[in-house]
Amino acid sequence: MRNPSGLRGYVGQGVGILSGEPTLERMARDNALALCAAGPWTARFAPVLERMVADAEKLSGTGPNIFIDVSRVSKLDTFGAWLIERLRRSLTRGGVEARIAGLSANYSSLVDEVRRVKAEPIIETDRVTITGMLEQVGRSVAGIGGTLIGLVDMLGAVLAATGHVVIRPRGFRLTSTIHHMEQVCWRAVPIVVLITFLIGCIISQQGIFHFRRFGADIFVVDMLGVLVLREIGVLLVAIMVAGRSGSAYTAELGSMKMREEIDALRTMGFDPIEVLILPRMLALVLALPILAFLGAMAALYGGGLVAWLYGGVEPEAFLLRLRDAISIDHFVVGLIKAPVMAAVIGIVACVEGLAVQGSAESLGQHTTSSVVKGIFFVIVMDGVFAIFFASIGM
Amino acid sequence: MVGETSDAIIRVRDITVQFGKTRVLDGLNLDVKRGEILGFVGPSGAGKSVLTRTIIGLVPKLSGRIEVFGVDLDAASAAERRGVERRWGILFQQGALFSSLTVRQNIQFPVREYLKVSQRLLDEIMVAKLGMVGLRPEVADRYPSELSGGMIKRVALARALALDPELVFLDEPTSGLDPIGAGDFDELVRTLQRTLGLTVFMVTHDLDSLYTACDRIAVLGNGKIIAAGSIADMQASQHPWLRQYFHGKRARAVMG
Repeated sequence: MRNPSGLRGYVGQGVGILSGEPTLERMARDNALALCAAGPWTARFAPVLERMVADAEKLSGTGPNIFIDVSRVSKLDTFGAWLIERLRRSLTRGGVEARIAGLSANYSSLVDEVRRVKAEPIIETDRVTITGMLEQVGRSVAGIGGTLIGLVDMLGAVLAATGHVVIRPRGFRLTSTIHHMEQVCWRAVPIVVLITFLIGCIISQQGIFHFRRFGADIFVVDMLGVLVLREIGVLLVAIMVAGRSGSAYTAELGSMKMREEIDALRTMGFDPIEVLILPRMLALVLALPILAFLGAMAALYGGGLVAWLYGGVEPEAFLLRLRDAISIDHFVVGLIKAPVMAAVIGIVACVEGLAVQGSAESLGQHTTSSVVKGIFFVIVMDGVFAIFFASIGM
Repeated sequence: MVGETSDAIIRVRDITVQFGKTRVLDGLNLDVKRGEILGFVGPSGAGKSVLTRTIIGLVPKLSGRIEVFGVDLDAASAAERRGVERRWGILFQQGALFSSLTVRQNIQFPVREYLKVSQRLLDEIMVAKLGMVGLRPEVADRYPSELSGGMIKRVALARALALDPELVFLDEPTSGLDPIGAGDFDELVRTLQRTLGLTVFMVTHDLDSLYTACDRIAVLGNGKIIAAGSIADMQASQHPWLRQYFHGKRARAVMG
């Protein structure tokens, strides 16, 4: 355990401290029982002191007269003073008030201070019950409705702010938008390209490995083209952006909310939606299609490379096959989805950011839920788009 | 100015602290004596908080030597250092309460970590500490975000006092409090110093605090202690900044 050895000599000016452990002895003294406390009654010895006091409390009501002699206490702090006071109170319960004798003037104000403490234990009401659990479930379900309303609310506010900016273009924050473009687009390019490149390689390798059994190696190009351009490219990039930029938005807005910066903006007559959220949303909506395009190209490149090196598909054959296999529709379908997904990620991130309460824990919770909800809604949107494009025959 | 007193609880020798090319503290010497309340003043940006943070080990120093309770903090082993840390309490400027813990948990945190005592004693000590800083036990289950500025300072002080330290550092304890609240706080520091025998190192801008709470005052300027002594010494000083500080419009208002 903790061993502040070498410091012992500095603990107090008195010599009593060097005598070591605190004690509480019982002594009979002219018709009365004296409990003699001695040594250092300080926080360091609190566990020992508590046990001694608990033992002595059992004497309550046994003898006619009990008093506590503290004249040999070498050092006293709040812990010691309170334990003596606790002992005094439990001995008093018998009817006659227990006295404290031999209190030095140095410590009398401390003892007076703890005497004022009301000792009713405060019980934390945190019991787990079946009704409580049911209530929790109910609240969570009701919370889903609240989440959806919050998202629609934010969408409306962002659209209103956009309208405002269109009418009065001077209110548009170009510098801020460019700054966020740099953060979410330019700086994301290396990681997005790297990951999509690797995914392209993996899809290609797996495709060739399994198609080879049917002698259909070349069809890997069809699979790669459709999958990457239509689904994987944009979906994967959207998930990466939700994790990378959605979380950053929530954390930024959340800590601004915690420090009342958003309130400050509002009182200066600025609309936080226009100043903070619109530039972020716009940056994201522009960034995601660009990243999705770059990601798709990197994935196709990676897939082509593996098809050549592992599957023996010559680059020219790959390109010819790719031209036949995919139409511009696949490419358009992918890119149409990108800005919508960006808007969903941005709105979720901003709603969560503004919902942060005062504590660091709350910031963590909302950042987590920003990413989780962002990814969830991206996948839901992807499903909705799949149904839509299928029904219009694209 | 800085005597070699044997009862110095903090001894700072030739401390130099530099950020980039700016030298904040330049060969500074300071002693804090056992049982006194030292008020530490100086112009904004002079490095008062930097000195406090250097003593408690949050800011690295370029050179110099710091002894607290007679332990050289650079030479101390990890166990010795922990022993020293357990004996001081620190009130940060913004309170620095743990925002995800309640008032009760904030105050009990250091006690729970250092001492193996029952939950009952933890609760009782918590109520006693709240009482000492003038708060009612009902605030125990509130979170820091639900407290007013003054209450945050008080709870932070209660947490700093949780383990009954011998030395407390207060970084601008009265800033952001109303004059009555600030006056109460000074009174509180005085009372606690008397009851618990504390040594207090108080960084402050508040003239009232200097007059009512402090035994001795040290003034920081140009990275050094330019004066140290009683309030009367300060008023008698001919140093231009001190003259302005103690004889300016605000000072006259305080002295009445």
